[in-house]
Amino acid sequence: MAVDRRALLKGLTAAAAATAAAAPAVASRRRQAPPDAVGMLYDATLCIGCKTCVVACRKANNLEYEPHSSLWDDPVDLSGRTKNIIKLYHEGERTSYMKQQCMHCLDPGCVGACMMGSFQKRQHGIVTWKGERCIGCRYCAVACPYNIPKFEWDKAFPLVVKCEMCSHRIAEGGIPACCEVCPRYAVIYGRYTELLDEAKRRLTAEPKRYYPKIYGEHDGGGTQVLYLTAREVPFHKLGLPDLGEEPVPELVRTVQHGIYKGFIAPVVLYVALAAVMLRNRQKGGGHE
Amino acid sequence: MSERAVPVGGPIVTPAFRWLLLVCGVGVIMAAWRFLAGLGPVTALSDGYPWGIWIAFDVVVGTALGCGGYAMAILVYIFNKGKYHALVRPAVLTSALGYSLAAVAIVIDVGRYWNIWKLPFAWRWWNLSSALLEVALCVMAYVIVLWIEMSPVFLEQWKEGKTGLLRNLAVALSPILDKALLWILALGLLLPTMHQSSLGSVMLLAHQKLHPLWHTPLLPLLFLVSCIAMGYGVVVLESTLSSRAFKRRDETPMLASLGGVTSALLLAYVAIRLVDLALRGRVGLIFASGWLSFFFLLEMALFLVPAVMLLSPRWCTNAGNLFRAGMLVVLAGSLYRFTTYLIAFNPGPGWSYFPAVPEMLVTFGIVAFEIMVYIVLVKRFPILAGAPQGAAAR
Repeated sequence: MAVDRRALLKGLTAAAAATAAAAPAVASRRRQAPPDAVGMLYDATLCIGCKTCVVACRKANNLEYEPHSSLWDDPVDLSGRTKNIIKLYHEGERTSYMKQQCMHCLDPGCVGACMMGSFQKRQHGIVTWKGERCIGCRYCAVACPYNIPKFEWDKAFPLVVKCEMCSHRIAEGGIPACCEVCPRYAVIYGRYTELLDEAKRRLTAEPKRYYPKIYGEHDGGGTQVLYLTAREVPFHKLGLPDLGEEPVPELVRTVQHGIYKGFIAPVVLYVALAAVMLRNRQKGGGHE
Repeated sequence: MSERAVPVGGPIVTPAFRWLLLVCGVGVIMAAWRFLAGLGPVTALSDGYPWGIWIAFDVVVGTALGCGGYAMAILVYIFNKGKYHALVRPAVLTSALGYSLAAVAIVIDVGRYWNIWKLPFAWRWWNLSSALLEVALCVMAYVIVLWIEMSPVFLEQWKEGKTGLLRNLAVALSPILDKALLWILALGLLLPTMHQSSLGSVMLLAHQKLHPLWHTPLLPLLFLVSCIAMGYGVVVLESTLSSRAFKRRDETPMLASLGGVTSALLLAYVAIRLVDLALRGRVGLIFASGWLSFFFLLEMALFLVPAVMLLSPRWCTNAGNLFRAGMLVVLAGSLYRFTTYLIAFNPGPGWSYFPAVPEMLVTFGIVAFEIMVYIVLVKRFPILAGAPQGAAAR
C-alpha cells in the first residue's frame, strides 16, 4: 500500500502540473461509524441454511417471488427481486452457509459513485436508495465490491434494489426481518459497537472454532454488517473479497479532490486559456 | 485564410445514403423496443456487467472520437497555428455529432431516463466526489458549446439566403456571437480537458474489479493524453475520407505536419503507462495475465507503431500511409478505452458479457445517423474548405 501511495502522489504531481493544482497528501482515513449506527452480525458457524430469513425478507419488503424452475420460489442469487439470500459453500468435506445482503459500508462505493446522492448513508448509517434522485446509470453496481445494487432489467420503469436493513421496520421500532426470524440467532441485529464487541467476545472465547478475523471490522474501510466464519473456511471462500483497509471511494476522492479542490484549477485554466487566445488574436492569428 | 469554406452541394439522397437510412431505421426500432420492454430483453447487460457497449463504445470511445475539435482548437487557438484553420470546421462538426449522439446513447442506456433533466438543476443533490457527475455535467455543457462553435457556419449561410426570419436572426446574432466566441472557445478547451480525464477517473472506483494493468491513479492523465492523440487521428481520417468522397482538395501536406505532435503524444502515453507500471511493481503482470496480456501488448503495439510511422515527415506525405497511421492511432485509443471499461473489467466468477444483437443494432443505428447528418451538413453548409478538384469554386 505504501508503494501505491507514493506512486499516487507522483502521479498526482504530474496531473497537478497540467492543471496547476496542488495535490494534498492524504493520510489514511478509516471512517468512524455514525454514533447511532446499527448493524447485523452473521455467524456462519451457527447458520443451518433453513432460508427462513430469505422468505421473511421477501414478505417484509413486498418482493415478488422468483421462480427459476417449477418451484414457485427458488432464487439463485441476489437480484431485483431478492435482497437477501443464503448460499452453501462446499469443498470436499468442508461446508458452510453464507448469507448475502448489503454490507452497509462505513464509506460505501455506491455512495461515492452516485451522482445525485440517491444512495446515501441515512439514519443509523443505513445505506438507502431514493428513486427521485436516480437516473439508473448503474455506476453504483460498477463501484460496489460486493455486487450488491441490483437493477430491474425486465421492467420499462426499473428500480435499483438492495437490502436497506429493513429501515422501514426500524423506524417503527422493529428490527430487520431476517434477524427477527432466524431460529439459531445466526444473524443478529443491534448497535454497531455492541455487535463488534460481541464478535470479539466470540473470537476470544472459542479461538479454535473461528477463523481469527471479523470480516467488516476494517475491510474496505469497515462495514456495518459483520461476519464470523469457521476456522477452516476463510472469508474469501464465502465470496467476501479481500479489499484491504482503504475505503473503496478513497482513491477517487484523493484524485478528484486533488485536481478540483475549491474548483480553483479549472477557473485558473479557463482564464489562462482565454488570455492566450486573446493575445493570439491581437497578434493576428486565426480568427473565427 | 486563403480559401473560404463552401458547401459541397449535390443530391442528399444517394444509394449509400439509403443504406445508412436503413441501418438507422433498424436502430430506432430496437431503441423503441428497449423503452417498451426494459433493458433486459434487448441487451446482454447484467448486474455483474451493468455497462456494455452503449457506454464503453458509444459514450467513452464515441466522445474520444469526438475530440478532433478539441485537438485542433489546441493547435489553432493556443499554439496559434493559423494554417490549420481549414481543418477546424469539419473537426468541430464531427465533435458536435460525436458528442450529441453520445448523449443520445446515454438516454437510451440509463434505466431511469425521466430523471436526467434534474442533473444540471438539482445542484443541492450533487455529489462532488462522483467523477461521473463531472462527466455528465461537462458533456451536457460541451454539446451546447460545440453547436455554438458550429453556429457561424449556419449564420453565414442564412445571411446569404432569402428567407426573412432566418436571415434576420443571422444578422442579429452574428455580432453578439463574434464578441462572445473567444470565451466560448476557451470553454470548448476547458470542458474536454475536464471530462475526458474524468472518464478515466470513473473507473478508479471499479477498484479490484478492474485488472491491475489498467487500474492506476494515472487513469485520468492517460485518458487525457490519449484522447488528444485520437483527436488528431480522427482529423486525418475524416479529412482524407471527405476529400475522396466529395472530391475536395487533398489536405495531405497539412495533415502530414500533424504527425509530429501526434507521435509525441503517443510516445508520452506509452512512457507514462510503462513508468507507472514499473513504479508500482506491476511490470511482471504484463506477461503473466493470460489473455489480458495479449490485450495489453496489443494496446502497446497500437500506440507504438503509428508513433514510429509518424516520426518520419517524408513517409507521412503519402496519403495512404498517413491514413493507415491515423487509423492505428484511433484504434489504439479506442482499444485502451474499451479494455478499461469492458475487457479488463471482471466483476467476479459467474458473470459474462458479450453484446446482444439488438444492442449492437442500436449502436450501428447511432453511427449511421451520425454519418447521415455529416453528409447533409457538408453538402448544404460551408464546412469543407477548398475547391472541388478540377472545378472552379462557384
